[in-house]
Amino acid sequence: MAFEIPKETSESRIREVPLGDGSVKVGGENVLPFYLFEGEMPNRPLIAVEVYDDNPTEWPAAVAEPLKDVLADPVAWAKKAQDEWGADLIALRLKSTDPKGDDNTPEEAAKTAKAVAEAVGIPVMVYGSEDVEKDGEVLKAVAAAGEGKNLILGPALEDNYKTIGAAALGYKHTVAAKTPIDVNLAKQLNILLSNLGVDVGTIVADPTTGALGYGLEYTYSVMERFKIAALRQDDAMTQMPLLADAGIESWKAKEAKAPAADEPQWGDEMKRGVIWEILTATTLLIAGADILLMRHPDAIRTVRKVIDTLIAQ
Amino acid sequence: MALSGLDIFKLLPKTNCGECKLPTCLAFAMKLAGGQAKLEECPHVSDEAKAALADAAAPPIAEVIIGQGAKEFKTGAELVLFRHEKRFVNPTGMAVLISDAMSDDEVKAKVEQADKDAWERVGQHLEVKMLAVKCESGDAGKFKDLLTKVNGMTELALMPMTEDPEVMKAAVEAVGDKNPLLYCATAANLEAMGAIAKEKNLPLVVRGDGLDSLAEVSEKATGMELKNLVLDPGTRNLKETLEALIAIRRGALNSKFKPFGFPTIAFPCEETDDVYFEGALSGIYIAKYADIVVTSEADAWMQYPLQVEIQNIYTDPQKPMAVDAKFYEIGTPGPDSPVLVTTNFSLTYFIVSGEIEASKVDSWLGIVDSEGQSVLTAWAAGKFVPDIIAKFINTSGIADKVNHRKLVIPGYVAQISGELDEELTNWEVLIGPREAADISAYLRNWSAS
Repeated sequence: MAFEIPKETSESRIREVPLGDGSVKVGGENVLPFYLFEGEMPNRPLIAVEVYDDNPTEWPAAVAEPLKDVLADPVAWAKKAQDEWGADLIALRLKSTDPKGDDNTPEEAAKTAKAVAEAVGIPVMVYGSEDVEKDGEVLKAVAAAGEGKNLILGPALEDNYKTIGAAALGYKHTVAAKTPIDVNLAKQLNILLSNLGVDVGTIVADPTTGALGYGLEYTYSVMERFKIAALRQDDAMTQMPLLADAGIESWKAKEAKAPAADEPQWGDEMKRGVIWEILTATTLLIAGADILLMRHPDAIRTVRKVIDTLIAQ
Repeated sequence: MALSGLDIFKLLPKTNCGECKLPTCLAFAMKLAGGQAKLEECPHVSDEAKAALADAAAPPIAEVIIGQGAKEFKTGAELVLFRHEKRFVNPTGMAVLISDAMSDDEVKAKVEQADKDAWERVGQHLEVKMLAVKCESGDAGKFKDLLTKVNGMTELALMPMTEDPEVMKAAVEAVGDKNPLLYCATAANLEAMGAIAKEKNLPLVVRGDGLDSLAEVSEKATGMELKNLVLDPGTRNLKETLEALIAIRRGALNSKFKPFGFPTIAFPCEETDDVYFEGALSGIYIAKYADIVVTSEADAWMQYPLQVEIQNIYTDPQKPMAVDAKFYEIGTPGPDSPVLVTTNFSLTYFIVSGEIEASKVDSWLGIVDSEGQSVLTAWAAGKFVPDIIAKFINTSGIADKVNHRKLVIPGYVAQISGELDEELTNWEVLIGPREAADISAYLRNWSAS
């Protein structure tokens, strides 16, 4: 008995955004994630490996242990991510600039960003410490120092998109626009950025990530709704590639961090956090993430294998 | 396809008699189409219309019950492709694989672990549902002994796995009264397997070798009047399995393709030996349409995260998850520890309690019933307002637990502090930070005196 799968093809596409020197692109698909029986994904979803500039010391052993050689050295960390874990991008997080923490200057941070971008041959995205005021100053400095590198700068929020958008525009970078789990707010920020003169073809959307157990379902559905609006309703302001912040959010979860001695009912703590990150990342990959920010080498390897398998012709 | 309001309207008496409590037949038809009214509420509907509507109202995907007693579970009956449209109905049933090729110790360890794989989270009970018990020996006696033994160890539902009808007969002799899910009928053995399932009215997996043959076996099984079917497309790699699961769900819902109108089963355990990859596959199949997922790893580090994913994906998108309204002890708070209040939206609770924990300042966290809404939404809706908060504080008994009378409220509702001060005459209301990320710094500077 022959069964023909009911196909739903789309005339619309997610915008294809060039990253770095343009040899890596993200987006461009005209189907829901991996629905390759009815369309195409010309560019594979990318894994952006997190690199921190503040020598994180409070991470649980499950993720600190495999990274211990590089935690204090963002350049070495980025190189290792590129050479050993197959990172598609580096996601440098300038945590050291946090005014509530080390409060490093924009100049110091820009130096780090430049050093990382020059040390690797893959595109680099740079996130500030997510302090609205400070990020504006920091990313302005990073934009100048990284001129010609086409970095992804972010997160540009409703409250600081002007500074960050202008910096990206001035030095020809890409912008990650972040809004709190809502399609309409994301559309609005895109409109604001394009009114500023930022080409919508240089924007990726960060719709805010809830990790497994911590709002994953909201991000999941927002991403699905983004893709449906982009492909089936040809809504231009939802056609940006989507970014999922899986690493940082997963490792905030109590279940990813808690020692088995405290929470024996949750099992082996060295594996539990890894699977927490894997599930957060793969679930959002299936919902529509085009860029996954990730942390643990085993989680990165596993999600890479998922993408390799699903994208294969 | 479900009938539209207008399709239904054509079948109604069109008298606008109002006995259904709605002004017009059209209004009633619209409610029916939206599932907010029942056909019985119209006293004048014809038998012909009843039959037509019943057929259209038949669920596109059957619901199948597996197991018995406390561990019985329902699967299937899904209505939508995307969870934001409507709540997914029956949470994915997780199963753990054991076989008669495993040593006694291995079987015992797996069964015991799967049996205790149960957790409470955000007011819900999460648990592994089933043991998949595979016959690899081909020996009916050996398999029957294993099933009997396993059945004595756990109340979990069972899925005996063999393609040999003789072996399946032995399995049914051992555990047939526990409503096991029989695995499996194929094009080659359907007649005999179907007869075994039919005799005791047991649920049965039909396996195809791809979608076309699955449709064929499923249709033949339906022809034998087997109604409790579960579908296995027979694919054993991620790419093909995902595509098959999407095709089956779409076929059942969008095309009303009857052979696919049953729940599905996936086998990450047979798709890889890499345990993390198996976890990833399980996670993908939970999100994309597998109703039962069979894994090889029974341990909590794997099964608990998968259960949390199931909880997330199957949450009602219209109804936020809420935690119980009460005082929570974060760390080991004492009489001089800070007292904070916020709403019972689960994410609010998780984030706030997480930040308090990270601050390492032991605290009392009061969770007010705000019907699952976040702080600003609840305030706007009148669910997180002075009289409600005051009532909560006064009935919570917190005053007996602390020596001080300082209450920290979220910075986003600073505007209620005055009125709350008046409601709670003995308390001093302090305005906390607006963002959870700033709680840590706030608490470190907090002092009872």
